[in-house]
Amino acid sequence: MAKVLGTSIKRREDPALVTGRGKYTDDIKLERMAHAAIVRSPYAHAKIRGIDTTAALAAPGVLAAYTAADVAKAGLPGMIPVGWLLPDLKTPAHPMLAIDTVRHVGDAVAVVVAENRYLARDAADLVAVDYDPLGAAVDPKGATAAGAPQVHPEAPGNIAFDWELGDRAKTDAAFAKPAHHVVVDLRNNRLIPHAIEPRSALASFDSSKGELTLTLTTQNPHVHRLLMCLASIGLPETKVRVIAPEVGGGFGSKIHHYADEAITSFCSMQLDRPVKWTATRTETNATDAHGRDHVSKAELALDAAGRILGLRVHTYANLGAYLSTFGPSVPTYLYGTLLSGQYAIPAIHCQVLGVFTHTTPVDAVRGAGRPEATYVVERLLHLAADQLGIDQAELRRRNFIPPDAFPFQTEVALQYDSGNYEPALDRALEMVGYQALRADQAKRRSSGGKQIGLGLSSYIEACGLAPSKVVGSLGAQAGLWESADVRVQPTGGVTVYTGSSPHGQGHETTFSQIVADKLGVPMDQVQIIHGDTGQVQFGMGTYGSRSAAVGGSAIARSADKIIEKGKRIAAHLLEAAAEDIELADGKFSVKGSPDKGVGWGDVALQAYLAHNFPEDLEPGLQAVTFYDPANFTYPFGTHIAVVEIDPEIGQVKLLRYVAVDDVGNVINPMIVDGQIHGGLAQGIGQALWENAVYDETGQLVTASLMDYALPRAHNLVAFELDRTVTPCPHNPLGVKGVGEAGAIASPVAVVNAVMDALSPWGIRHVDMPLSAEKVWRAIREAEAKRAAA
Amino acid sequence: MYPAPFDYVRATSLDDALRLLDESSDAKLIAGGHSLLPMMKLRLAQPAKLIDIGQLPLRGVAFTGDAVRIGALTTHAELASSRELLQHCPLVAEAASVIGDPQVRNRGTLGGNIAHADPGSDLPAALVALGATIRLRARKGERTVAAKDFFVDLLTTDLQPGEVITAVDVPKAAAGTGSAYLKFEHPASGYAVVGAAAWVRVSGGKCAAAGLAFNGVTATPLVSEAALAQIIGSDLSDATLAEAAAKIEAVDPLGDVYASGDYRVHLARVYAQRAVAKARERAVE
Repeated sequence: MAKVLGTSIKRREDPALVTGRGKYTDDIKLERMAHAAIVRSPYAHAKIRGIDTTAALAAPGVLAAYTAADVAKAGLPGMIPVGWLLPDLKTPAHPMLAIDTVRHVGDAVAVVVAENRYLARDAADLVAVDYDPLGAAVDPKGATAAGAPQVHPEAPGNIAFDWELGDRAKTDAAFAKPAHHVVVDLRNNRLIPHAIEPRSALASFDSSKGELTLTLTTQNPHVHRLLMCLASIGLPETKVRVIAPEVGGGFGSKIHHYADEAITSFCSMQLDRPVKWTATRTETNATDAHGRDHVSKAELALDAAGRILGLRVHTYANLGAYLSTFGPSVPTYLYGTLLSGQYAIPAIHCQVLGVFTHTTPVDAVRGAGRPEATYVVERLLHLAADQLGIDQAELRRRNFIPPDAFPFQTEVALQYDSGNYEPALDRALEMVGYQALRADQAKRRSSGGKQIGLGLSSYIEACGLAPSKVVGSLGAQAGLWESADVRVQPTGGVTVYTGSSPHGQGHETTFSQIVADKLGVPMDQVQIIHGDTGQVQFGMGTYGSRSAAVGGSAIARSADKIIEKGKRIAAHLLEAAAEDIELADGKFSVKGSPDKGVGWGDVALQAYLAHNFPEDLEPGLQAVTFYDPANFTYPFGTHIAVVEIDPEIGQVKLLRYVAVDDVGNVINPMIVDGQIHGGLAQGIGQALWENAVYDETGQLVTASLMDYALPRAHNLVAFELDRTVTPCPHNPLGVKGVGEAGAIASPVAVVNAVMDALSPWGIRHVDMPLSAEKVWRAIREAEAKRAAA
Repeated sequence: MYPAPFDYVRATSLDDALRLLDESSDAKLIAGGHSLLPMMKLRLAQPAKLIDIGQLPLRGVAFTGDAVRIGALTTHAELASSRELLQHCPLVAEAASVIGDPQVRNRGTLGGNIAHADPGSDLPAALVALGATIRLRARKGERTVAAKDFFVDLLTTDLQPGEVITAVDVPKAAAGTGSAYLKFEHPASGYAVVGAAAWVRVSGGKCAAAGLAFNGVTATPLVSEAALAQIIGSDLSDATLAEAAAKIEAVDPLGDVYASGDYRVHLARVYAQRAVAKARERAVE
């Protein structure tokens, strides 16, 4: 059989998607379906004095209008819970419809249901809400200041948690008298995730059975069902089915449980008919959980030879108005634990204040915590190299964890299972033509005009969320395993029920490759079922670059169990011992006598005919696995950005981008490259253009794509990619995650490149996004300072 | 993104459109819809009625003596690829070629663009720099207005109730003329943060005539008479252009979260030099 693993097989998902036959939530229409429009707060912070729905109810086609009072009257719990706890976390209530107070622009206040979405939208404008506007806390650091407006009475000073990791005393000692001390204040800009498909929910309640079917834009239908049933709608899980049809991108934003699907479900339960809600782009921008938004002070201590002695960081992390599903985990477990980067750092301390503000909740967005950590570490390395007068590549090389030091225990809880950092760095330097570019740079610096800069990012990430033991030891009260039920059909085809829940990644192709490789069945006889709590056993879903490493490993384990069972059936049929049977080329045969064998199809069929099986052999050929990984996986690599600066106007132009990644064994190279490309586009976008901006009253200034700049194809370059391969030692496939690597590594590569170009002016740091005006102002200030000196 | 309710009617002739416009209250004309519909979907515009003039024969490029007459319903893509414009009025074609993206250029029209008068739009400065004339029709008759007088304020023009833009007349470029449109694109909207439209006519090594205007800096296209005075009659050397650019000032420059007013004025000064220098290079005596 032709090799399937490691082959760029075209995605089986695409024919339907590219010909417009993919069915997304909003494409689904049910009999008697009504439409909901949600009335949202125009204020960041206000008391609600009263809500009058009379005019809305009298409008044409309107079926109902509800507020928090109606949710209470119906006896629903009506809350949106946080799904991830920390020690001493403040967990103020998040009602699905605001009670008395609104806490961010876009907070849901009321809902109108009408016969069509236009009538619903028209009537929503007629809901009269009497607001008493109050002052808003917006900036995460400013919100902790004395006198700042308070978001929740339960969280004095707006502090949701004060979390630390690492050894404070040891780290302070490392900073006592270092030869070199590098300090920088950093802001990691706030992002809006912008999946192409806006969030949508179609709730269909059948009062005759008391059952709710919720079709939803979700990355994790079981988690959504669990949170909905626990805290929002008061139905048992046995009465709720959550279905993820085609899902058009998520980038994290469709992990979280939002008020909107609870409100839509409530409407359907009240009206006993299907109700659909689909966000407008304006709504997604105001309500999809945002990402990043850190204000940090970061420090690095080094000895005279440029060896790192310690790293210290203090961060204010904006959580927004409410704790989103994974909100507390992102700036803690997924951030502080990555602060050792690729380096042997003997002392690290990290303190994070999680801060409530009157802004949209902040949660996981592609990379989630790890881009922020990489930004801190690699900005510090860049600044240190500059400050010490050591070449960027050389300083990194001096501090890399050596290849013979793995497994390597960091100072911030994680134990890296494997790694080999220099080959990736060397390859990236070779691809970019490092020495030649440095020579060109020197020439341009002496001749003036446009300047070039090179930025390195030697990153590591921890993905494949999440080993239950590891995160449990950090205080998390949940592990993130994955499930796979592999069923061999009587005619030999294989159906896989996976707890992973794709939204564009190509799981059906990748997972089929794993099964075809393991069992020797043709790809087209492997069927992948996902995204439906009515069909699939409990699963954790897709995020945190976990589907291949955790979901794929679960499938591989089940396939191994199938092989074992198949061997027993074959042994029975061949009247041989099971331990003497092997599976090769689609046939079970006796070791050493390849002629004595039975085909895969025969074994599958006999598994179900099973009329003469011995007593200790059950019929059927099916295996279920709940796979809990032993550790995270640790992809790494070195990226190099090359930029050109027009000093006259400050404009940054990306000239080249080289990425050498090590994601372990590769199942489908084309899909892996695609993931890297997408991640790079998002990360470069964060560095140069993307920025969610609130004004001091809490209005989202960049509320539309007219002001929020997403990267476009013409802004980018042809990415130059390569890989090294260091297989993950602890999962059966040797694979690591890849979905987030590009977004984790690239922002800082670009920023370092721009700062490298600006170093002749003595400019050390400019916060993202590096707009032309910011760079121009930095140059102008530097020149003014120089003229004055 | 759902507009408020509105009526829709398609005009069968220009006279029909003028009648409908006269007889309706709170009606808006629609052609390509690329300025109006986004505003309606955000409910920033809520006209009671749309009169669709998209099918009227106000389309295409023709010569009228020393001018090129461009029908109001000519699309940006047609402007950008018109052989007549590329030969006799390349500044308009160049400005049109960088509007939005191909989809926008295929639907958006010259008349709709200038009627909307977005300060970040690309055509207004080109028309002002060229001394174009806007032709307007109402039931009571026709009038013309100079492009520089047509743009009155932010999203506001001299267009009166009951009037329809029928065409724009642009003078043909004389021999020895070169032009350039340089745009600093807003990374989100694609509109001009600054767009510099410049032309120069070179005769005997000197600048015999010139035009220069900017989109994006102020509410209406910015013209610096002081800079132009420095350029006209000069040798168009880089040093002269730098001196001229330094004279560019703006009252109440626009600013947003991406680019402040100060920065836009700075950009105008830099882009003035670059655009005029490019025009100079393109001028063939």
